[in-house]
Order: sequence, then structure tokens, then C-alpha cells
Amino acid sequence: MGLAPIAEGLFEVVGDTPHLIGGRRKSDGRMVFPLPTGPEAANFDAVRLAPEGKLWSFTVQRFRPKSPPYAGVESEADFKPYALGYVELPGQVIVESRIETDDFAALKIGAPMRLKLVPFKKTDGEALSYAFAPAA
Amino acid sequence: MTDVHIVGAGIHAFGRHDDKSGLDQGVHAVREALADTGVDWSDLQFGFGASEAAGNADAVLPRLGLTGMQFINVKNGCAAGGSALLSGYWAIKSGEFDLGIVVGFDKHPRGAFNPKPSDSGLPDWYGDIGLMLTTQFFGNKINRYMGLHGISATTLGRVAEKAFENGLRAPHAWRREALGLNAIMNSRMISDPLTQYMFCSPAEGGAALILASDRKMRELGLKGPKLRGAAVRTRLTGSFEVFAPSLDVERSPSPTELASKACYEMAGVGPSDIDVAQLQDTESGAEIMHMAENGFCQDGEQERMLAEGETKLGGKLPVNTDGGCLACGEPIGASGLRQVYENVQQLRGRADARQVEGAKLGYSQVYGAPGLSACVILEA
Repeated sequence: MGLAPIAEGLFEVVGDTPHLIGGRRKSDGRMVFPLPTGPEAANFDAVRLAPEGKLWSFTVQRFRPKSPPYAGVESEADFKPYALGYVELPGQVIVESRIETDDFAALKIGAPMRLKLVPFKKTDGEALSYAFAPAA
Repeated sequence: MTDVHIVGAGIHAFGRHDDKSGLDQGVHAVREALADTGVDWSDLQFGFGASEAAGNADAVLPRLGLTGMQFINVKNGCAAGGSALLSGYWAIKSGEFDLGIVVGFDKHPRGAFNPKPSDSGLPDWYGDIGLMLTTQFFGNKINRYMGLHGISATTLGRVAEKAFENGLRAPHAWRREALGLNAIMNSRMISDPLTQYMFCSPAEGGAALILASDRKMRELGLKGPKLRGAAVRTRLTGSFEVFAPSLDVERSPSPTELASKACYEMAGVGPSDIDVAQLQDTESGAEIMHMAENGFCQDGEQERMLAEGETKLGGKLPVNTDGGCLACGEPIGASGLRQVYENVQQLRGRADARQVEGAKLGYSQVYGAPGLSACVILEA
């Protein structure tokens, strides 16, 4: 995919595998996502996060979020509910993400999840974003 | 150190009042509290005021009288009202003053608000892809809790059903009609598992409390519940709060657990001593989790307690006797003081159709963004 990422420094692809980029605070080792930018970045080391983890919690966004801040191109009429939640990357950090699935009822806490990069249609053009999907 | 009492309480009904500003509603509450005591505005030595979206709280001064009193505006997220009360408590406890007022009022625009990522120190992409919604946080938090502790969606519905039943009996509540369990469960899904009627709405209203030292209370010939404990605590690393792109794997106690513990210690009482409780119910799930976080049950026990009506009026521990945020709405500056107002009415035996018979100890807890909680224990 030749799409530009939705933000610089959010993820990277190593071989065929996408990774989110987190930060490890130099003072105490606390892990965060995303990697802080600006002056705060100096306090963190970049960490390539694990591409697989377990679903920590989830919900479904049932109505089109207000714009701004939401930048999705779809109208209220053609909005499709999407799942989102938190994925625990073992020994690292719990990250928030959209969850790619149409089968909301099948989502279960503890289910294995895998990172993928997905196109996201913004009002000002398409960009490459990230999501976790059930690792069936 | 002196004891601190709440000798007067006033409220402006919560809800929508197109013909009144937030300030109008705050002034109304103050006048009602003054009338309740017979104390004159000019007798008050201090004031602490909370308003999040309705201008500065000290705008009450020109309306009520420019007396030169110490007046401090308190901003502290969703615990602004609770923080104003805590400030008044310490002002008297310290011995500096012996008579003052705390007031909170607010007026929010209709509907869910649309926050900017940059206001929370977050990057734009977070809002772009649709993760910047408070409702999602509540859905995520209760969904995990339900999964871990066996709470059903029906129990969430029962919380809202109870709130509307109680609201019917509270003159200051906004939503004053009962709504059946089916109607609540089948209303529009907002953020799974929470439906429309399981969420409170931004609203308007005002509440005011007059505080006095033990000596001053006797001198004025007044009576009122004693503040046994009051505490505000903020989040720890590892707490789950709104707008968090990441969480620490190692989890920690919530700000509510910290504030609750501190408040019980200060009061020298425990959860089993409490007769009536007002708990933050931004949505149904919050009341469920706060029952455990404030020590009223073990995680998971809520399923049985709600089914058996233990938290209803007439139950073992009535919770949110005026319908809470679900029936009253949530004007941020006033919401925490509304809880304390309700406990004052209960402890003075003035709660009429919603009276908890013989209530001696009342507990209240307000929680909110960006991760703080304020607890208060009152004794009749």
C-alpha cells in the first residue's frame, strides 16, 4: 500500500510484520504508547511493540462520532458501527485500538489479537492507520 | 480541632432551564440555604464556589452582597463541587473561620461534548480515527468488569430502573418518570453494553451548603449533620481513566478506592456502618463498580444485590436515593454538592417520599475526569 501513515512514528513494518512504536521512560522503564513527541521525547527510548496480544476490553461505537475531532469521511447515513478496545501486549503495555471485525458478539476478553495496518478514509484523503484483528 | 457541621442546604432543581443562567441557579441555591438557617449573607466569613461551564463562581457576589468575604473559585474537574466542600471543611477545621458557604452551579450545552485531543495532550490521529469519546471509556471499563466479575446487562438495566424510580420521589430531580427495565434495555445502544438510558446527560442546576463550627452552630441555635470525613484523591500510574491511548500492564487501585479509604479512616467508621449512599453514576456501570470501590461489596456481589433490591429504597443499603446523575443529570460544578444535599435531607429526616428511615450515617462519592474522586461521610 502506498498510503501515507496517519501520523509519523506511530508504526513501522519489519519484514512483513507491522509493529506499533511505543516509548520506554528512561527514568523508570514505564512503557507508553504512542512514543511521545516534542521536548518530552528526550525522556523516552523508542520501543518496537509486540504485534500480537490479548483483548483486554472492548466496546462498540454505535453512532458516528462528532467532527471535529472525528475525521472519517462517512456521513451519519452510511456510518457503520466499529469495535474498539484495549489489547495487552505481554510484558509491555496495553494499547487502545480499533478492533477490525464485523462479528461484535464473538469478541471475548482474553482472545488473541494481531496488529494490521488498515486504510482509513479521512475527509482530506486516505491514510494508513492501525487496528487489531482477531488472530483466528 | 473543632467539628464541622452542615447547618443549611439549598438546591435549584436539576434539568434544563432555558430561562435561567447557571449563575441564576447558583444564587437560587444560596438563597434557599440561607433561608434554611436564618443566617444572613453578611454573616458569612468565607465562600468556596465551583462552576465548570457557567462562568466564574464568584459572580454570585454582586448578586448576594459585596461584603468583603474571602471567596475562592474552585476548578477541579468533575470533583469541583466536592473539592469546594473539602476546602470549606478545612477552613473551619483549621480554626481560621467558623461560618461559611460552599456553592456549585453549572449549565452545559446539550448532548455529548466534542473534546479536542490537544486539550488532553494527545495527538490529532487519536481523534481522527474515532477514539476520542468519553462514552467509549465507560463501555470499555464496565465491559471488562462484567467479564471478570460476572455482572449481566440486566443488572446495568436495574441500576437505571432504580434511578428513575427514585427520581420520581425527588423534587429536585430532572427525569421524574419511571422507566421499565425493558425500555431501558431496549433503548438505543450507545457504547456496548451501555444503552441510552444507562447514561446520564449533561444538565443544569445549583446546590449550596452552609458550614459552621460546633461552637458557632450552638451559638446560632442551629443543628445539622456533622462532617465526619472528607477526602479528595487523584489517579495513580496504572489507573484506567478516560482518553488513554495506553495503559500500564501493572494495574493499581482507583482514585475512588484511595479517597474512600482515606475518608473512612478520617471518620473512624467502615462501609458496614453506612445507612445511605450517593455514588457517582455517570452511567449504570459506574454505580456497579463504585459499590465495590467504596467498600460496600465484593466484586461480583452486585449481581445478586441488584436482583434482590438491596440498593433500592427500603433495601439494606439504599444507593442514589434521589436518582443520582442518571435521574438528575450532571452539571459538573453542582453534582457533588447535590449528593451531599441529598444526604443532608436524609439525615435530617426531610427526604419525604424517599426517606431512609432512621438514617444516621450518609456516604457520598463523586468521581470524574481526569481521574479523581471526592468522598464525604456525614453523621446525623
